[in-house]
Amino acid sequence: MSNQKQKLQLRPTNPKETLIRLFSYFKFNKSLFFGGILFIILASIAEIGTNSMLSPIIDTLVGNHDKSLFIKYILIMVALVIIVALSQYIGNLSMARLAQRTIHKIREDMFSHMEKLPIPYFDRHPHGELMSTFTNDVDMLNQSLEQSVSQVIISFVTVVGTFIMMLYISPLLTGIVVLMLGVMLFSVKFIGQRSAKNFRNQQSQLADMNGYIEEMMTGQKVVKVFNYEDRAIDDFKNKNEELRKASTNAATFGVMLMPIMGNLSYILYGLVAMVGAYFVIQGSISVGNIAAFLQFTRSVSRPITMVSNQLNTLFAALAGAERIFKILDEDEEIDEGDVELVSDCTGKNGLCWRVPRDNGEYEEIPLNGDITFENVDFGYVPGQRILKNINLYAKPGQKIAFVGSTGAGKTTITNLINRFYEINEGTIYYDGIDIRRIKKYDLRSTMSIVLQDVHLFEGTVAENIRYGRLDATDEEVKEAAKLANAHYFIKHLPQGYDTILTTDGGNLSQGERQLLSIARAAVANPTILILDEATSSVDTRTEKLISEGMDKLMNGRTTFVIAHRLSTVRDSNAIMVLEKGEIIERGDHEVLMEQKGRYFALNTGVIELE
Amino acid sequence: MNKLLPHMKKYTAFAILCPILMILEVLADVAIPYLMSKIVDIGIANRDIDYVIKIGVIMVLASILGMVFGILSAYAGARAGFGFASEIRLETFKKVQSFSFANLDNFTVSSLITRLTNDCNTIGQVTMMSLRMAIRAPFMMIFALIMSFTINASLARVFMVSIPLTAAIIALVLTKARPLFMKLQTRVDRVNAIIKENLTAIGVVKSFNRQKHEEFRFKERNDSLRDTALKAISIIIFVMPVLNLIIYGTIIAVLWFGGQQVVLGTMGSGELISFVTYITQVMMSLMMISMFFMQLLRGIASKDRILEVWNTDSEIKEIEQPITEIKNGSISFDNVSFKYPGSKEYTLKNINFEVNSGEIIGIIGSTGSSKSTLVQLIPRLYDTTEGKVKVSGIDVKEYDIEGLRDHVAFVLQKNTLFSGTIRENMQWGNEGASDDLIINALKQAQAWEFVSKYEDGLDHIVEQGGSNFSGGQRQRLTIARALMKNPNIIVLDDSTSAVDMTTDARIQQAFRDLGDVTTIIIAQRISSIQHADRILVMHEGEIESSGSHETLLEISPIYREIYESQEKGVIGE
Repeated sequence: MSNQKQKLQLRPTNPKETLIRLFSYFKFNKSLFFGGILFIILASIAEIGTNSMLSPIIDTLVGNHDKSLFIKYILIMVALVIIVALSQYIGNLSMARLAQRTIHKIREDMFSHMEKLPIPYFDRHPHGELMSTFTNDVDMLNQSLEQSVSQVIISFVTVVGTFIMMLYISPLLTGIVVLMLGVMLFSVKFIGQRSAKNFRNQQSQLADMNGYIEEMMTGQKVVKVFNYEDRAIDDFKNKNEELRKASTNAATFGVMLMPIMGNLSYILYGLVAMVGAYFVIQGSISVGNIAAFLQFTRSVSRPITMVSNQLNTLFAALAGAERIFKILDEDEEIDEGDVELVSDCTGKNGLCWRVPRDNGEYEEIPLNGDITFENVDFGYVPGQRILKNINLYAKPGQKIAFVGSTGAGKTTITNLINRFYEINEGTIYYDGIDIRRIKKYDLRSTMSIVLQDVHLFEGTVAENIRYGRLDATDEEVKEAAKLANAHYFIKHLPQGYDTILTTDGGNLSQGERQLLSIARAAVANPTILILDEATSSVDTRTEKLISEGMDKLMNGRTTFVIAHRLSTVRDSNAIMVLEKGEIIERGDHEVLMEQKGRYFALNTGVIELE
Repeated sequence: MNKLLPHMKKYTAFAILCPILMILEVLADVAIPYLMSKIVDIGIANRDIDYVIKIGVIMVLASILGMVFGILSAYAGARAGFGFASEIRLETFKKVQSFSFANLDNFTVSSLITRLTNDCNTIGQVTMMSLRMAIRAPFMMIFALIMSFTINASLARVFMVSIPLTAAIIALVLTKARPLFMKLQTRVDRVNAIIKENLTAIGVVKSFNRQKHEEFRFKERNDSLRDTALKAISIIIFVMPVLNLIIYGTIIAVLWFGGQQVVLGTMGSGELISFVTYITQVMMSLMMISMFFMQLLRGIASKDRILEVWNTDSEIKEIEQPITEIKNGSISFDNVSFKYPGSKEYTLKNINFEVNSGEIIGIIGSTGSSKSTLVQLIPRLYDTTEGKVKVSGIDVKEYDIEGLRDHVAFVLQKNTLFSGTIRENMQWGNEGASDDLIINALKQAQAWEFVSKYEDGLDHIVEQGGSNFSGGQRQRLTIARALMKNPNIIVLDDSTSAVDMTTDARIQQAFRDLGDVTTIIIAQRISSIQHADRILVMHEGEIESSGSHETLLEISPIYREIYESQEKGVIGE
């Protein structure tokens, strides 16, 4: 089965480096970080102090009955408790703020970095994986920062401070505590390892189950049509039973630590009481000492349980942080262009390319929309050539159509013009300038793409059209919609241009979304247009509207069309028939029909495009 | 819960054992401070070392017993919790299997997936927690209270202040924090939505140079997430210091009032020390109870979502004594009208037509003309609202559903192949079918020409959703899978759109060669149905006209419009 998804890494590979990098995020919030730690330490010390007060208080009660001393001790304890509460509040609040600000910054960094990553990156990494890093990993890190950092500090201070106090009161009793703590640590390690193993096993069973359920639910209607229900239930039963066993084991080991640690601390409590009593009878310590010690046994074993409970989460969070940093370390899209677009000149829409010369002067070349491919080779992966030796030109205002099977390289060619991908060999010229010299921002601002897969954004219809040009006026938006034949259906939406679209325009039909994307391209008023024509799945009437809209949009612009309709192809200035990355036929409709080659065969429906 | 609980049956023993063992553990835990007070007040006071050792050993033994009970209780809880969850999951899956198409339309695929995975797991977790924490905490509290009152009732009255105070503060924080955390969730969703949007539409963002614009949109949402999170957390952070204040406040009160009693000699100092431990036990139990309530809220939400599935019943029911034999492939629609459940408008209006067994019928019309709905009435994927659909002269509602669907092979428009081998996929149509039968069906569907080229032939792997095949190949495989049923009636819902015309023609020839098998083909392309015995033209839920290709060109303006637009042609894919 192909359900063997890539296993999620639960352990960091380089925890030290990741931690250091994580800490570097705190430097923006130094006062929060150090202030927070200071107060947390203060709280822990005050708490140890509070517990230590038991010793003199009990001793005054048992011993000399000195009332004023008793009141003094009680007052000290009250003061210490207030310090505990206050500094705990301030410390935790600071740490929570720090965590939120850090996560906020990390999220912001990730997003803006994502916006700068080159397109090939998104081909190599499935959306689900990136999304999971953005949500699950960030969330996990957030939780850890909020709780784990302060808990680790508290635990450390408590353990060390308590030890000092214990040693001060009775080194011998401390010896017993150390012995039991050793047993506790051993149990934590022993159970922890088994727990982690079972947890991983459960995760992989869970992933398996999720994959199966996803597949079955997606194909549920097929299941019905084939009366497959009973067989599906049988398959499901087996997987369900496996998952049940795995979850039971994982949960047993996960929960087991609680009674073990809790009762080990009670054993310690009993031992301290017994041995302590022996020492009291011998006269080496006081009853008050025992009272304080008994509180200490509780406060020493709690951090160990806490930290051990958190350890898996902490590791998982660090592993997540590694994935986050890996994304942040990906190279951004490079732009070494020195040619810029300038306005107020003689080119199209009053725009010109400003080309720096070697002598420090500038030459202005008017924007025209002339594209030339010269011996272009390209492959997504080094060594695998998708496009071979492509030569073609498009004069300003011309229409070039690409025809061929899926995988022949039609879409790839259009993705090279806007530099989503970098070519391996050869040169692409734009108005005679090597496109690698043009600033990407300016290059892309002269082009618009209308894809088959229409992506709309959450927001109003008007905002979606305005995506093409942010400063377009309402009037211009409406004009563009009219040009795209979209105005009519928009007018009939509940709130017209102000209708809110859900993510990816779920409340519009496929055809309507196409029309909106044409309007979006129109408002951008591009010099070069790249169109990926829609295939069927749209009714005849809407298809007519779409093709009319596209025709109007193409008027007067250099256009590259990934063609599916004969009508588009027929009136193109040139048709390129692609196969396996090569242009095998070229010419206009009449020429190609006469050749009686591949294009002719496609037209007469003899071959299937795959 | 009443509806889910019976499914605990298989694990009843564990569900009962877990709390009992837990109570035993609690008993051991509560006994220990009391024993300790005896050591101090009797052992030390009388300088009786033997007594100290005796009680000390009992304490250690009690703790060890407690540990054993605790571990066993953990195991029983896990068995019961996740056994319960797996029963619930199975029941839910079975329920979904019984769903009709109309039911499936009501649930999105992703919501069904969440219910079967996350929600079932949550139920397992919460059940386990309930069996443990919901027992442990109250019992611990009650036992510890009993012990305190036995030791010194007047001193134990401090609990009458501190317990209600703690409960009130926890309740206050929970009610304050809940709406904030719900708001926080919507903020998280908003941030996730924009990330997802940008991941899927990164090409659009880049080609329109909108990176800065998107960063700005993100910043606004990210900021509001941070602010809401801080507000919510500030409240939660309040809990710990205040609880500490109450716990230590109670300890100080006990020391103050108890201390005076110790001085007076009415209370042992060991009893005072044990009191301090009981205070900690009572307060920690209170905190545990509050945590349990938070968990429970999560569980209730999951339970409600699962019950939503359970409470949905298929409206397609079999009659008492269904007919199992289907004689031939004739079909008739008598005054059939249909509207989707919950919809006001009729999707199909007054449909009448008859098909003889073995006839080939084409259906064409624009999207939204309800072609798919029409054919889905034949195998009772939906039931008619008015009128009757008959197969072989008998109302489809009188047939055994499984038998009916076995006789009607249906190739859905949105079709799916499943991960596994080609053979496994083919056997969906006929369990345990021989390779010969499979190859025969593949040949009829014109799929053998590419399957035979694979080195591993029928063992060739199919990826989830058939993603390792081209659209045309996928369609041919799903047609072959349907043919495996050896049906009386075959329905193809736009199933050859990605197949080239020549292959399409060959598939249709294969259908003709099947003999007495009725074939209904829905298509966008005229060429796919041109040679059918009869063509129905659908328009807005009605049959606009019917007849042969030639007749329709004369009488049907809609058919003519489609024909002319396609004359211009589509060159592929």
